[in-house]
Amino acid sequence: MRFLLVEDNVSLATAVLDRLRMDGHVVDHATDIAAAEDFSATTDYDLILLDIMLPDGDGRTFLRTHRSRLIETPVIVLTARSEVSDRVGMLDLGADDYITKPFDFSELEARCRAVLRRHGGDSSNQRRFGNLVFDPLAGTLSVSGNKITLRNKELRLLEIFLNSPDRIYSKPKLVDRLFSYDEDVSENAIEVYVGRLRKHLTDSGVEITTVRGLGYRMSLV
Amino acid sequence: MRISLLSIGLIAAFLTLAMPARAFEVEEHHRFGNGEARTLRILSTTDTALLTPMIETFLANNPGVAIEYTSASSAELMTAIMREKQPYDLALSSAMDLQIKLANDGFTQAHRSQAVDLIPAWGNWRNHVFAFSQESASIVVSPSAFSDLEIPRSRQKLITLLRRYPDRFRGRLGTYDVGASGLGYLFATQDARTSESYWRLMELMGSLRAKLYCCSSDMIEAVARGEIAVAYNVLGSYARAREDLANRITIIEPDDYTNMMLRTAVILNTAQEPALAGDFIDHLLDAAWNSPIVVEYPFHRYPTTGTAQNVPFRPIQLGPGLLVFLDHLKRKRFLAEWRSTVQQD
Amino acid sequence: MSDPLPTSGSLRRRLTLQLVGSAAILATLLFFVVLAFARDTAQQTHDSILLASATSIMDSVSVQADEVTVDIPYAALSMLGNVSDDRVFYRVSMRGNILTGYEDLPHTDQNTSSGQSAFDTLTYKNDGIRMVTLSRRLSLNGAPADILTTVAQTREGQATQLAKLSRSALQLGLGFFLVATVLAIWTAQSSIRPLNQLTAAVSRRGPKDLRPVKRPVPSEMIPLVLSLNQFIARLRTSLTRSEDFIAEAAHRVRTPLATVRTQAEITLRRVEKPENRASIREMIRAIDESSRAAGQLLDHAMVTFRIDSLERKDIFLTETAKELVDRLQPIAELKDIDLSFTGYNCPPITGDAILVQNAVRNILDNAIKYSPNDTTIRVSTQETLSTVLIHVEDEAGGFADMDTDALTHRFTRGENAAGTVGSGLGLTIAREVVEAHGGTLQIETSKSGTGACVSLCFPLV
Repeated sequence: MRFLLVEDNVSLATAVLDRLRMDGHVVDHATDIAAAEDFSATTDYDLILLDIMLPDGDGRTFLRTHRSRLIETPVIVLTARSEVSDRVGMLDLGADDYITKPFDFSELEARCRAVLRRHGGDSSNQRRFGNLVFDPLAGTLSVSGNKITLRNKELRLLEIFLNSPDRIYSKPKLVDRLFSYDEDVSENAIEVYVGRLRKHLTDSGVEITTVRGLGYRMSLV
Repeated sequence: MRISLLSIGLIAAFLTLAMPARAFEVEEHHRFGNGEARTLRILSTTDTALLTPMIETFLANNPGVAIEYTSASSAELMTAIMREKQPYDLALSSAMDLQIKLANDGFTQAHRSQAVDLIPAWGNWRNHVFAFSQESASIVVSPSAFSDLEIPRSRQKLITLLRRYPDRFRGRLGTYDVGASGLGYLFATQDARTSESYWRLMELMGSLRAKLYCCSSDMIEAVARGEIAVAYNVLGSYARAREDLANRITIIEPDDYTNMMLRTAVILNTAQEPALAGDFIDHLLDAAWNSPIVVEYPFHRYPTTGTAQNVPFRPIQLGPGLLVFLDHLKRKRFLAEWRSTVQQD
Repeated sequence: MSDPLPTSGSLRRRLTLQLVGSAAILATLLFFVVLAFARDTAQQTHDSILLASATSIMDSVSVQADEVTVDIPYAALSMLGNVSDDRVFYRVSMRGNILTGYEDLPHTDQNTSSGQSAFDTLTYKNDGIRMVTLSRRLSLNGAPADILTTVAQTREGQATQLAKLSRSALQLGLGFFLVATVLAIWTAQSSIRPLNQLTAAVSRRGPKDLRPVKRPVPSEMIPLVLSLNQFIARLRTSLTRSEDFIAEAAHRVRTPLATVRTQAEITLRRVEKPENRASIREMIRAIDESSRAAGQLLDHAMVTFRIDSLERKDIFLTETAKELVDRLQPIAELKDIDLSFTGYNCPPITGDAILVQNAVRNILDNAIKYSPNDTTIRVSTQETLSTVLIHVEDEAGGFADMDTDALTHRFTRGENAAGTVGSGLGLTIAREVVEAHGGTLQIETSKSGTGACVSLCFPLV
């Protein structure tokens, strides 16, 4: 997926970029409206993350011109302002969703997925691994044509593994990625989800192995 | 009642002697009633007897009031009031012109009451002069003289008759000597003003050597005695009053027009009892104009429809017009013309 | 707010009084003009009759046999009698000698030799008279002889006539005054009407209606309306500034927190030691708490601000609830919470849509926040005869051990400031919004007994 992040706060932008890239997305970064307009004019994005307080103006201006050009790329607004007053205006101007800073990356991912799902992600988003066909937007997994609908945590876990097969993920890393920080979870919770995923992968030719003392790894049998 | 009143009258006659000397000529003087509190003093041209019943009813309604009633000729009345300023309360007179002159020259005072409102508009001048009778200027004829002739009902018919039978009426006609009688003068001037036929009649009467009289009663009696056949401009009320002569005279109110003399009352400026005088006027007016008719009222009551065209009765108009004939130059001219017409020899 | 303003009199009354005052002056003037005119006319009429009378007497003066005689026509005096019942006096004199008439009648001071008639107003026999004197030259024995004819009449009839005319003039004046007064009141009313209409138009406006006044007004009112519009513009700016300030404050607080949080998160990825990881997580949670608290405090400020001038528009609660459920679905999914909505189209309630949305969102936020993974949250709307309700039912264990009344009471601002910041203020916001709309907030144990059911109850109009 190709994302455009319009955000002038560099450290925030870096973190968001890191995270999105980690999830396997290609992300361009614009720090003002002018740059954002240049990017959006030359590249087709699947999603735009738009901050509204930008050094050269209000993100809403961009949103308005963006929509007036009949570009259908969905937009999620990143706002630090009061929700009460901004919300309606954002949605009225054509934003697909918004998220209030500071936000949990899990929430951002969830919102991105929801928005992309609403915009009807095409089959190019599907990923194949061995005889697995995984559609992260629909949240489905097909094993030899046998389709299973995954629950959210299972879906996220599978997505993490599929982004870098054969890589070992420690339990703490997986907790960081899978749970938001306000959830008080023990690392054992990971074992429950890994267990569930393993059950779905039975007979699939793909397995999640436990690397003692280090973590988990997904690999072809 | 009558007897007691007569006795009062006699007492009054005595009292008269005690009154201050009068320069004007009094015909009769009477005191009615024995009231001590208030005395109404009336100066009148009307015969005492004629008004006695009215006076009696007035006194009956007003206890404690006495009335001194003095009768005089109209000329004497004027002398008493205008020249001598005699202290009378009320002046009753048949001389309309003189009454108007009294009012016009400021010898009278105004009076207003409900009874005054009863008078027809032509019978009241300035609320000073009030008419309390209508009396016709009539032709009185002897029925015996007209035994074979139709009695003339208008001046024109009288003229025609006189022209047709001059010998029969020569020396047997009578009318007022307008130079001697104020009423005669009033009737004559009104006639002259109203109709040309008056002068023709006078000319004819002059040519037939009409006799001239000082007063109506003389003419009535002359007709009754048969001395004259026709008396012109006789006061109808006097003729009517002579019930004793009723079968020997015929009273004609000409139907071309009949002048109506209005007997009038004025309250004098010198009045000491103006309110009482007003009450007495109201008493007269009530009898004259209100209904029902009261028996004490001595005059005939004519309809009050006024001067409508189809009614021959023409009340002589009260007002400054009457002053014209009092003008001495006017009078001189009129009398001269009248004499030259009537006294042809 | 509704304290009576001191008034400096009524514009309409002032206008009415001034118009009525002018009408009174005009009516008085009219009265005197008409009266003067009537007096002149009456005098002229009287004079012309006097002159006619005197002329007819003069015409009757003739010389016969070297003697001057006067034959006054009956009409000369009776014509005066026909006009009024006034007393009449006359005199004819030659070379100062009286020929006939009233000898003591006063003489005119005016020169009549020119053939002009002279009119005088004098007193005679204790009465006011109007007198005309005519002069004519005759030839007597070959010598000129000046004849003077004077006719006079008292003026009672004229006075009566004048009194009658004055009454008519008075009635005319009064009538004029009355009509003018009615017109004055009407004029004042209609002059003041645009002002009343403007007042009505401005006071009819909703609390958020800060558009400038555009309706046409009389030119005299343009400055007032311009000032009013300037004032409205200033007010609008000031209100916008307040809203902007709150929004800006949120931005100022949240942006650095977002940065810190991001940095912490990045750090967390590099740290391996469990103790360090735990403390960084703790830090991130603290940041989240404070960001959330700041957000809610500012939200609360905004809610309070909006409640002060509550908008009144139709709100379809089913739509609102459905929209919010859709929006919060991704968050619920994160915890595999089954967030569902049931409800049919309900009649609209009236109120501030943003506030109602905020209230429902706070309840839903709380429900998601406190629900364990793999549970269910049911949102539904319900219509009764006089209310529309939104129920939010969770399986978060509920408030079974608490008195729900006390719970509601707990959500006051003072206690919340000291207590758990997040949840308390969220419910407080919801309760304040509902109550500002004349509704109630109820917290019950859910039917299943495994959680709580929060109901927002809004009255129908």
